[in-house]
Amino acid sequence: MHISVNVDGVTYADEVEPRLLLVHYLRERLAKTGTVVGCDTGNCGACTVHLDGHSVKSCQMFAVQANGHEITTIEGLARDGKLHPVQEAFRNNHALQCGFCTPGMIMQAIDLLADEPDPDDETVRKGLEGNLCRCTGYQNIVRAVQDAAHRMRPGAGPKMEQHSDSLRDESVVAEQPVGGE
Amino acid sequence: MTATAEPEVGKARLRKEDARLITGQTRWTDNLQLTGMLHMAVLRSPVAHARIRNIDCSRATAMPGVAIVLTGQDFAAEQGSLPCAWPITEDMKSPPAPALAVDQVNFAGEAVALVIADNAYRAADALAAIDVDYDELPVVLDLEEALRDRDLVHPDLGTNKCATWVYDSAEAGSGTDVEDEIAAAEVVLERTFRQQRLIPAFMEPRSVVVDPSAGMFTVWSATQIPHILRWMLSAVTGIAEHRIRVIAPDVGGGFGGKLQVTPEELLCLLAARRMGRPVKWTESRTESMLSGHHGRDQLQKITLAARRDGTVTGLKVELLADMGAYLRLVTPGIPILGAFMFNAIYKFAAYRFVCTNVFTNKVPTDAYRGAGRPEATFAIERMMDELAAELGVDPLKIREQNWIRHDEFPFTTVAGLTYDSGDYEAATARALELFDYESLREEQQRRRASGDPVQLGIGISTYTEMCGLAPSRVLGALRYGAGGWETASIRMLPTGKVEVITGTSPHGQGHETVWSQIVADKLGVPFEDVEVLHGDTASSHKGMDSYGSRSLAVGGTALVHAADKVLAKARRLAAHMMECDEADVEFASGSFSVRGTSTVRSLGDVVLAAHVAHDLPEGMEPGMDADATFDPDNFSFPHGTHLCATEVDTETGVVRIRSYVAVDDVGTVVNPLIVDGQVHGGLAQGIAQALYEEAVHDETGTLTTATFADYLVPSAADLPAFITARTSTPATSNPLGAKGVGEAGTIASTPAVVNGVLDAVRHLGVKDIEMPLSPERVWNALQGRSADGSGDVAAGGLGSIDAQGGQS
Repeated sequence: MHISVNVDGVTYADEVEPRLLLVHYLRERLAKTGTVVGCDTGNCGACTVHLDGHSVKSCQMFAVQANGHEITTIEGLARDGKLHPVQEAFRNNHALQCGFCTPGMIMQAIDLLADEPDPDDETVRKGLEGNLCRCTGYQNIVRAVQDAAHRMRPGAGPKMEQHSDSLRDESVVAEQPVGGE
Repeated sequence: MTATAEPEVGKARLRKEDARLITGQTRWTDNLQLTGMLHMAVLRSPVAHARIRNIDCSRATAMPGVAIVLTGQDFAAEQGSLPCAWPITEDMKSPPAPALAVDQVNFAGEAVALVIADNAYRAADALAAIDVDYDELPVVLDLEEALRDRDLVHPDLGTNKCATWVYDSAEAGSGTDVEDEIAAAEVVLERTFRQQRLIPAFMEPRSVVVDPSAGMFTVWSATQIPHILRWMLSAVTGIAEHRIRVIAPDVGGGFGGKLQVTPEELLCLLAARRMGRPVKWTESRTESMLSGHHGRDQLQKITLAARRDGTVTGLKVELLADMGAYLRLVTPGIPILGAFMFNAIYKFAAYRFVCTNVFTNKVPTDAYRGAGRPEATFAIERMMDELAAELGVDPLKIREQNWIRHDEFPFTTVAGLTYDSGDYEAATARALELFDYESLREEQQRRRASGDPVQLGIGISTYTEMCGLAPSRVLGALRYGAGGWETASIRMLPTGKVEVITGTSPHGQGHETVWSQIVADKLGVPFEDVEVLHGDTASSHKGMDSYGSRSLAVGGTALVHAADKVLAKARRLAAHMMECDEADVEFASGSFSVRGTSTVRSLGDVVLAAHVAHDLPEGMEPGMDADATFDPDNFSFPHGTHLCATEVDTETGVVRIRSYVAVDDVGTVVNPLIVDGQVHGGLAQGIAQALYEEAVHDETGTLTTATFADYLVPSAADLPAFITARTSTPATSNPLGAKGVGEAGTIASTPAVVNGVLDAVRHLGVKDIEMPLSPERVWNALQGRSADGSGDVAAGGLGSIDAQGGQS
């Protein structure tokens, strides 16, 4: 089947098998290997990306389902050499060890912060329930998400990562300085 | 002399590794795509024990994209046997362990055939078209039943008993006879505990790529042990070791689960050799759980002798340890790593440890975070609580009464180890302060008195562990097949930048950061100017890799020694350059100077002079590189006090951890950020054993917990926030004073949680609950029933065992 997908700001047109999982399309066809596969059942969340600004588990979707949509991966977050505040908060709070869950965890955290700009401990923990980490015990992940929340005013919305012109809203980007303290 | 820079050791440096990990610029093995690469898929046995009557590959071979389908018969002449490097006794029974089953399968999940195809989807498709006829055999699952030898896992061995390993303090001369102590004791407690089977569950599934081009076999693998893997692949296949290069690129967690020479690594190598093309295999999560090794799985019978005043006198440990169907790399040695730790921090007069290793038709067991030591710590810390309950005294008091006092170090234990340093009083005092012990005890009393449906319990664990694996001579005495040293090299580059090569193989621990801190301090170079190379046998030519909380205590020490060698040579050259006596040369903050003068040469100047070699002292070789290998003469002994407040809802059986305090003494800390992270993650895994995780095989030997939907790795919502703190008594066995921290949290936390839950409900008649303490098990225990809902809770903590095995 023919699909057209915008991934991290670039539009790709490809022929894919209908059964090809989105995560395999990203990793093997587009070399977006920052997004990884940790399980086959949608439990671990390591493959989390954004579809039109909202988190989805890319091992639970076919590539064809992304046709006509906009995908953001961990590789598309940094802008002009500046990290997204959530990326920066993960580093500053030692919220990762092996780093395998990290791309999915960051993508989910951004989605969480879009809904909950100032989450308490329990809100963060529940919001990340679908993403497993085996290294950190989550303590520093929770701290990083709350730290990122404080850095981001008024919150990380889906709009701040939209790439295509029709969706771009410069005022939102300007209000949400990326990487700023 | 100029002021020295702020020391790097002790600084909470943000990690160098993170830059690539938070941006997705990572190098996981599965990312690799090589020209002409083929993909391997593995067909696994659905049955736990069977003869293979026939395998028909004709349909699979004809499928689109399939290059070849191979069975054990095809590889029988070349696959050899997967290595077991730890024959714990001379007469240990060790069955052949083919990577691909030839005529019999011995656990559900064992590899029976493989497909090589041009893409992974097509390889997986073809698996379904392979027809295997099995003649099923009786399955051996229960440990005690297995020992009766009615049905045999490996009929050729004549028994399911693999080996029996004994330590006896009377025989060893390290203590008295335990039977005498038991006979003379005023109090004798006997308890049986089950250490359930766990799955390491690293987040990155295992992946292997083998490229057979250019006369070399380049093996990328998601492994903790590139050096050992290279050695073992050569030993098993006969391929010359110098024709094999192993690379562990970014590796996504291990926890002992990637301390292995796997069937799939070997099969990828053999398939690539046969096809003459690169071959990749990446497992699914279910494959990981079905075929990657499991951990724990012991039945522990513990007898503790004491006086009525609370003084412990004797400890007898009788273990049954489940090997699963085969002996993997260090399978039989895992329970032996616990042999020296059951006596823990307490002064027993007599100690006897007997471990019987048993084969079953289950996934092989091997190292999982703590490896033998969590099992030991759980048993002794549970027993100390049992003794306190028996005598009606505070469990903290009973520990205090029996532990080694800070002024008694170094202390040689009844198990024959010499603990070099520690201060159990200090760690405990700090933990009590952070925990608010007294007011929690008061609240507990109030809730008991009022019959509150939510009862409060306090769990204590005053643990120690042996880390820094390991003195090679000790490993030799334990019949382990390798040494325990570690190596490091420093290459001083002509521009003054520094390359460090380490034999450790990090997979999340942050060695790139910590090793840079150590070198920056030693050589006075900027932290940013140090690059750490690891995990590639072509650049990191030797090493013993990462496991057993060894990397800093052993590998970090090798690095310190290498830096000392660089400085020694540089000092001699600096004296030559400054035309002074070497004894007058001082070194600080990266510069050499002549004592009492303003003459200065930076290390960079000296390195460049060594590199160009225009004017060197007589006999000095050009260049400024150094290698060092360190073999410790003792283990290191981290310790600490963990306190856990648990709330048990007696109406639902739900356990909630209300607060958790961990005070650890891991010796000198290089990077507190990383140490805290290690403790957090360790706690999560130990708490998970207490409350959530269990690998379950059904009565046919099928693993019923083979996905993350069934095997409950805790999420953020399942865990509490932790309060961590440290006390410090530096290790004396290495110049860094480091003791190791990778396993501490896991070792300490499981008994802290279980003790806490039992402390909450003991007054309601519950004596023991088998792990994991699921709401169902807790509720059943509260109803006076065992875990399966039948019968009464037996006295003496045996109730849960009855439920599990139905043996008595």
